Amino acid sequence: MTNEEKIPFWRDDRFWKVVIQVIVVAIVVAVFIFLGSNLVRNFQRLRLNFGFGFLVDRDRPASFQIGDSPIPYSATDPYSRAILVGLLNSLRVMVSGIVLATIVGITVGIGRLSDNWLVRQIATVYVETIRNTPLLLQLFFWYFAVFLRLPKIDNPVIFLNSIFLTNRGIYLPFPAGSLQTWLSLGFLVLSGVLAAILWRRQTQVIVRGGASGRTLQMGLLGIAIAAILTIIFGLDWQQPQLDRAANSLEGGLNLSPELATLLVGLTIYTAAFIAEVVRAGIQSVDRGQWEAARALGLKSGLVMRLVIFPQALRVMIPPLTSEFLNLAKNSSLAVAIGYSDVYAVSNTISNQTGKAVEMLLVVMITYLSFNLIIASLMNWFNRSVQLKER
Amino acid sequence: MKKGRFSSATLLLSFVLSACTGGENPTGTSTVQGDASGSRLEVVKGRGTLICGINGDVPGFSFVNEQGEYSGIDVDLCRAIAAALFDDPSKIEFRPVSAQERFTAVQAGEVDVLSRNTTWTLNRDTAVGMEFGPTIFYDGQGMMTAKASGITQLKNLEGKSVCVLAGTTTEQNLADRMRKEGVKNYNPVVSDNDDALYAAYEQGRCEAVTSDRSKLVARQSILSKPDEHVLLDVVMSKEPLGPVVANGDSAWYDAVKWITYTLIQAEEFGITSQNLSTFENSQDPNIRRFLGLDEKLGEDMELPNDFASRIIKHVGNYGEIYDRNIGKPFALERDLNNLWTNGGLLYSPPFR
Repeated sequence: MTNEEKIPFWRDDRFWKVVIQVIVVAIVVAVFIFLGSNLVRNFQRLRLNFGFGFLVDRDRPASFQIGDSPIPYSATDPYSRAILVGLLNSLRVMVSGIVLATIVGITVGIGRLSDNWLVRQIATVYVETIRNTPLLLQLFFWYFAVFLRLPKIDNPVIFLNSIFLTNRGIYLPFPAGSLQTWLSLGFLVLSGVLAAILWRRQTQVIVRGGASGRTLQMGLLGIAIAAILTIIFGLDWQQPQLDRAANSLEGGLNLSPELATLLVGLTIYTAAFIAEVVRAGIQSVDRGQWEAARALGLKSGLVMRLVIFPQALRVMIPPLTSEFLNLAKNSSLAVAIGYSDVYAVSNTISNQTGKAVEMLLVVMITYLSFNLIIASLMNWFNRSVQLKER
Repeated sequence: MKKGRFSSATLLLSFVLSACTGGENPTGTSTVQGDASGSRLEVVKGRGTLICGINGDVPGFSFVNEQGEYSGIDVDLCRAIAAALFDDPSKIEFRPVSAQERFTAVQAGEVDVLSRNTTWTLNRDTAVGMEFGPTIFYDGQGMMTAKASGITQLKNLEGKSVCVLAGTTTEQNLADRMRKEGVKNYNPVVSDNDDALYAAYEQGRCEAVTSDRSKLVARQSILSKPDEHVLLDVVMSKEPLGPVVANGDSAWYDAVKWITYTLIQAEEFGITSQNLSTFENSQDPNIRRFLGLDEKLGEDMELPNDFASRIIKHVGNYGEIYDRNIGKPFALERDLNNLWTNGGLLYSPPFR
């Protein structure tokens, strides 16, 4: 102790630790001040003003039209409305992309571990081809070689008299949005909740009680039939109608080629990565777990569902989160194929108004908040499946 | 403890590096203060090459020719500037920029001059922070459709798709004009790349494509079946196209402006790259002044006194440039793009 007091300060490790941190902070601050003042100086040089007022100014209409718009929008609306349209366009790609990619990814991931040789090979070829080519290239492929190559609107490919494929877009039947639709939707949600409860009960009965759970199974079957009937007849589906005289299709849901390209491209691309995450997760579960579960007499479906998957999930979620975040960010490639996502719309606005710095900030904040929301949801999910150590 | 110090060091290093890359931007622009001494004119002269932002995708304006070089009216304007400054039209670095990024490229000093079929508008001149040189091509917006589509006027576009380039006046004019025509329900297909846009049009993604008429004519010529397409007989807007530089640098702006006027004035005097030598003994004081034989007009804007003859020698006058790039290949009449003496709009202020 007394020795230490004699050490000169420049040989004291604690002193240097503090000094280095101070230097780092000072440099960071200096860099930001430098960049900030540089920005201000350049703004002054070009006689530009910094501000976000132009976004909401009613007297400054966006004066450009947006092709894909989920909400009513016209060229006379202010810029903020245009950005909102872009946001919603981005969101629908992100959300449906994440859902679809997860479904495809899990299927392919399990397929890679299948006992069936053909399934395994197909899954492997899919993953290796998709994972090893650039996404932008794939998007161009889907756009120019697939969706724009569909027949013209006067001669569409028709499935079941309700799905129309044309190079103007894919037309699908869609619920009309009437009272009947909403009532049916409510019924579907209710039956879904009921089914989940019953299913859990059934599993418990099988695992804990060793019973067959036949009565509960019949109940589930009943709910399933009711739900299917509701989906077919209750939702008030609107079929796209082909108007041969005007060469147009009305009604139903229209996926423009751009939206379809982006959705399919992102789904196929991200699913390949998710498949690998799923495969790694399942393989990380010790062999002994499989053997022990089988020794208990569980059927192979139940082994996967009750023993393997919950353990694999713990390993899978963190990398899965990264894949979701990647999908969200990759959706900005929409600009390459002319889909009006938030990045494309902001680009146009910044070009028209010259407010490049402001619009860049808007886009950065948008993607940052999207991804923080996705990340925090996934972290919450991650916590809920982790082992609770008491 | 060692580890802690090491990571601080790497952190520090990374910040130093990011400061360097961050500092790259101001080095090009911070010297520009508005007075002639710190102008971009000096920067360009010091560098020895001109950085010129072009389109690269529009035949007649800027396109790669059979020799693998950029050619076109926009490109020749860049060559004229390089010829005036360095007596060598090849001292140019061409930077193809998209419609969307072009103004940012000028604002940030990425390019010295933007010669990219850019329409002069009030908003771009003020709020966007640009400075527009003299118009070198008076254009108007047109609409191209397939002959088979049966579309003969804008009203027929109700419920149809129209291909349009992102970030252009074309995009805004389309919205304005459709509103005026009462066409409420049309679907713009917006791309930020010309090649992708015309590919989508050819594949039938949209019934019509809209752009400047000159560009449509030029683009039509490189479609796979040019005869099956037709330009509608409408002019939807005024599109004066010309060179652009950044706001607040009048020395550089003046140089670009008068270099452009030189092309027009040379045609008015009848001086071409072929007959330039015959004017060296001219007794006309206007021509002597113009070619830098008398007085020192060039010096006043910090250009060589013979800048006009350099330009004519290497690039020719406006008429030669027009014929070479647009008149001959596309058989487009000069109309508005003729000299004022021939009923057009091209008019240069006096060189004195």
